[in-house]
Amino acid sequence: MAEKLFLEVVTPQKAIVSEEAEIVVAPGSEGEFGALKGHTTFLTSLKTGPMRYKDATGKERVLFINGGFCEVLPDKVTVLAESAERRADIDVARAMEAKERAEQRIAQKQADIDLVRAEASLRRALYRLKIAETK
Amino acid sequence: MATLKEVQSKISSVKKTKQITSAMKMVATSRLRGAQNAMEAFKPYASKFAEVLGSIAGKSGEDASPLLVPREEVKKVAVLLCTSDRGLCGGFNINLIEKAEKLIQNELEGKEVSLVCFGKKGRDWAKKTPTPIDDAVIGVMGGRIEFNIASTSGQALIDSFLTGAVDEVYLIYSEFQSMATQVPTLKQILPIPSLSDMVEEEAEAPADGEFLPEHICEPSSDALLGEMLPKNVFIQIYDALLQTTTSEHAARMRAMENATKACEDMVEELQTIFNKTRQAGITADLMDIVGGAEALKG
Repeated sequence: MAEKLFLEVVTPQKAIVSEEAEIVVAPGSEGEFGALKGHTTFLTSLKTGPMRYKDATGKERVLFINGGFCEVLPDKVTVLAESAERRADIDVARAMEAKERAEQRIAQKQADIDLVRAEASLRRALYRLKIAETK
Repeated sequence: MATLKEVQSKISSVKKTKQITSAMKMVATSRLRGAQNAMEAFKPYASKFAEVLGSIAGKSGEDASPLLVPREEVKKVAVLLCTSDRGLCGGFNINLIEKAEKLIQNELEGKEVSLVCFGKKGRDWAKKTPTPIDDAVIGVMGGRIEFNIASTSGQALIDSFLTGAVDEVYLIYSEFQSMATQVPTLKQILPIPSLSDMVEEEAEAPADGEFLPEHICEPSSDALLGEMLPKNVFIQIYDALLQTTTSEHAARMRAMENATKACEDMVEELQTIFNKTRQAGITADLMDIVGGAEALKG
């Protein structure tokens, strides 16, 4: 059994995760990275995407992370996300709606700013759905 | 002197008012709890963010981001004014508006000022002044506030700062100090006050003497800082919105409590008048009867 590190995921709305984990895998802006206990101190921005970790009982858990930062210390990982949800908390219906809305907007091809926002929203929706589907 | 019936209807109308004010007080109390919880829930995020920001800010120069650079000549200023959507909360909105008025008249005299209003009361006031309104956000104050509201308008302000449409941005909000005191507060959010000050001010979170290790940064620390600084602006705006909402409910709770008490006093006073009037009526009737009996005897 590997040694554990402490994982915290906080958003402006609430703290999502605060527990021990064996390994944490997060979507860094320069690529996905994994952290075990004893990792060197490390700070990175995060992309939208799935974050996985193994909790104290060895069970793998998946979260949806939308942007933010991650600070890795030898015995602690802190994720500051703009929004984050555990897999069970993902609102599939809402994500479906968001996906359709975003697809429509992209199809209409309005001004550039809208396109960027629609793409970001589509990306969020797709990741949410993908994470919700995995068992 | 008022008739019995008049006094009675007055009493029942004051009692009804009291029912309304005490119900509003209870609603404000429960909303206040919700708002305070939201504030508490936001604290870990804000303090952790400040801690991380502090640890990389120390490594970067003052010119790491254009958001840090003060303009040589300040011509246009944006003021973000947080108020509530609803009234009946005592002097809460008036205090905030006065703060804005003074700022515009004194410190910002001769500069082009535009307003961004959060809350209906502030917008209604701004409509009556010659100051143009850039943006108004109605319908979010007082309820559950989403972070993206702060980041949307924060981004808009940052964009207009970067394009030179505004040279300085101020924030006026109500700081929630306790249930009894809420203080209208002014804060400069853009350009971001110098990093070293900010680090000192915000790095209270880590315990004394705790050593923040050097981080490996990905992308570079300057790039990270460039990404974190706008977010720091959003955090400040969000914090201001949360505090204003909490203050609003606390102020309304107090106002309604006072109103309920005033109603109680009034009912008591009216009841005395009612009793006196009733007694006077009885005395007059008795006098009549006694007078009549005496006359019959005679």
